[in-house]
Amino acid sequence: MFRTAKLIYRMDLEYTAAEESFRAEVRQFIHENLPRAVSAKVLGHKRLTREDIIGWHRILHTRGWSAPTWPREFGGPGWTAVEQHIFDEESTAAGAPPVIAFGVRMVAPVIMKYGSAAQQQFYLPRILSGEHWWCQGYSEPGAGSDLASLKTTAVRRGDSYIVNGQKTWNTLGHFADWMFCLARTSTEGRSQEGISFLLIDMKTKGISVRPIALIDGEYEVNEVWLDDVEVPVAQRVGEENKGWTYAKYLLTHERVNIARLGDSKRELRALKAIAALVSNDGRPLIEDVRFRDAIAAVEIELRALEYTVLRVLSAEASGRDPGAISSALKISGSEIQQTLSELKMRALGPRALPHVPEALDAGWQGEPGGAEWWAALSGRYFNMRKTSIYSGSNEIQRNIISHRLLGL
Amino acid sequence: MQLEFDDEQLALQESVRRFLTQRYDFETRRGCLAQPFGSSAGIWQAFAEQGFLSIGLPEAHGGIGGATELMLTLEEIGRALVLEPYLSTVALCAPLIADHGTEAHQADLLPRVAAGNLKLALAHGEAAARYAPTVHTEARLAGDSYVINGAKATVPDGALADLLLVSARMMDGAGNGLAVFLVSPDAPGVRLVRYRTQDGRSAADVFFEDVKLPASQLLGDGDATAALERAVQRGIAALCAEAVGAMEAANATTIEYTKSRKQFGHPIGRFQVLQHRMADMFVQATQARSMSILATGRCAAHIHAGKPDAELRRRDVSAAKYYVGKAARFVGQQAVQLHGGMGMADELAVSHYFKRLTMIDMTFGDSMHHLAAVSDAILREPREPA
Repeated sequence: MFRTAKLIYRMDLEYTAAEESFRAEVRQFIHENLPRAVSAKVLGHKRLTREDIIGWHRILHTRGWSAPTWPREFGGPGWTAVEQHIFDEESTAAGAPPVIAFGVRMVAPVIMKYGSAAQQQFYLPRILSGEHWWCQGYSEPGAGSDLASLKTTAVRRGDSYIVNGQKTWNTLGHFADWMFCLARTSTEGRSQEGISFLLIDMKTKGISVRPIALIDGEYEVNEVWLDDVEVPVAQRVGEENKGWTYAKYLLTHERVNIARLGDSKRELRALKAIAALVSNDGRPLIEDVRFRDAIAAVEIELRALEYTVLRVLSAEASGRDPGAISSALKISGSEIQQTLSELKMRALGPRALPHVPEALDAGWQGEPGGAEWWAALSGRYFNMRKTSIYSGSNEIQRNIISHRLLGL
Repeated sequence: MQLEFDDEQLALQESVRRFLTQRYDFETRRGCLAQPFGSSAGIWQAFAEQGFLSIGLPEAHGGIGGATELMLTLEEIGRALVLEPYLSTVALCAPLIADHGTEAHQADLLPRVAAGNLKLALAHGEAAARYAPTVHTEARLAGDSYVINGAKATVPDGALADLLLVSARMMDGAGNGLAVFLVSPDAPGVRLVRYRTQDGRSAADVFFEDVKLPASQLLGDGDATAALERAVQRGIAALCAEAVGAMEAANATTIEYTKSRKQFGHPIGRFQVLQHRMADMFVQATQARSMSILATGRCAAHIHAGKPDAELRRRDVSAAKYYVGKAARFVGQQAVQLHGGMGMADELAVSHYFKRLTMIDMTFGDSMHHLAAVSDAILREPREPA
């Protein structure tokens, strides 16, 4: 047994030379091309315009990098999982706007796997170029965690469906050109069996988008009302009544991005910088042991998440299935994001109280003084509570772990 | 980047698991618990025959495999709750001899370790230091010999060791560095107070009163401070791996129990409040394994990759011990909780996992100690602009 063991793999915590040079290439491109005005907004949690986000997408597109997760055959860079991870780390660290996830990361993989050739040829290049901004039509007022209970209907009339219903929690739908939408095409059988996956042009007659006022006073999500909206059958992905399969594929496709490792590494650095800046009775707050211990604790949680993500990447690179680990990554990743935003707010002490929404606009200079850097932090704390609720609440993730991984 | 294991490594781990399942099941272990200090000569000799005692030793002295193989083996040691001084001998002391010992010491001692004829323990910690690496035990040169005075507290596996590796402060005026001496427990002037530990293993307090040692009993040349720090870090990484195996087993036995135990007409595993607890136990055990891999990788990198980043190694090893200690406490406590009254019974394995996991946290710095280490390291970082 042991006497015949030969070492093939040696555990290695370092990136390869090729990966390090890839990192340098990404870093240099971002340094030379990311507008400082945009990265300052991202790093300071200021309001981003549609143009800020789509502009960076277009810049990335000139380099062939606008869809980091895509294979070459669809116009992506064909990066390995480790290269995608490195790109994400560098982008988030530099304050690049996020990839527009609903197109690039969500609907595109569904179209690649289940869409017709015509759909692939029409939609995918427009996602790549940024011509089409996508949004999501999954949740309904009565269908959240129990998504399959959705009530929006799509009734066949000739070569079209007539869609009626209400979608909610539609992120940045006011920016969007297209929406992927789950609608009921049958009421027979189990609730999962009568759902179809439709691609809807947001300019279609009968669609209205209404903002939902959020906890932090900002505009991020919408209600979308569909009133006799005519959708050509050619805009259905895959088979009628099989949409649940495609919807689940979309939700489980992302294994590791859900951990938000890059964002949290950036926020940890920012937290330390703030704790070093804030005066605690004349001394930097970071010298206070109790506060610093709280930073250390979340830093270690993040380290544990990072090496779990890297293990998953390593397993995929070795051709092994890492198992249904993404639920664990979602739980830990969201809790870490929340803790970091909480500590950033708490670092402010009494300065956590003022609500100065005008200070969230880039370039604002006014009173109370200093609000241009601290005004965003309390709102962000409130906003980040969403991370344990969206994409399958953490309670749903625990259900998934206990059913799939533990066999309960 | 390689954090996965190849098929041979996984087969090795599987074979260790199979061996321990057959030769060291829970009832056999119960028999060992009834032996003095929990040790069984037969099982130790079987370890030697299987090659378990050679893992990670230098190839020149009959060693096989490396840090990864040792880590995977230690996970099985934890899963089977092995009481033998495996970690002290193979993961802690033998690598210290390989790291700091002369060629003569290596050639003398390591083959005896591999053959199962030499159990070792590291006598380093002292009562007043708690978890700090402060050493008050003294060594003075007198003619050709050294004279040792002082005391060591709660030496893990000290009750079973054939030879102690004792840290002492060199009172030679040249910087008062640390040295490591090879001390027989039977040497004149050495007194051991042997006792059982909470987890059924054993330890000893060791007292040195004018213990005279020939210069040949001094391990290696030069200051051993850095070598001792590396040894303790490897010991921490080994404890993390052992805890990972014990956590996985505690989780598995808890899942099985909740599937079979019925209340209110259902297996209790059908209740969501218990399912979510077990999901959290799974998440923590999974991430604890990531940190265990990180700790082993950092310790091995000093030897294999020539990357002497002591600060990074120190920080990641402390981060791992903090995370694993915290996870071990959570998993252990909740495994007992979910077993209900049976969790309090000696009869089932779960109480034994809980005790071992708790004592792993309390060894070589608990999670609070290592949180402070990481926290203090933050102060030493270069500051970035806000």
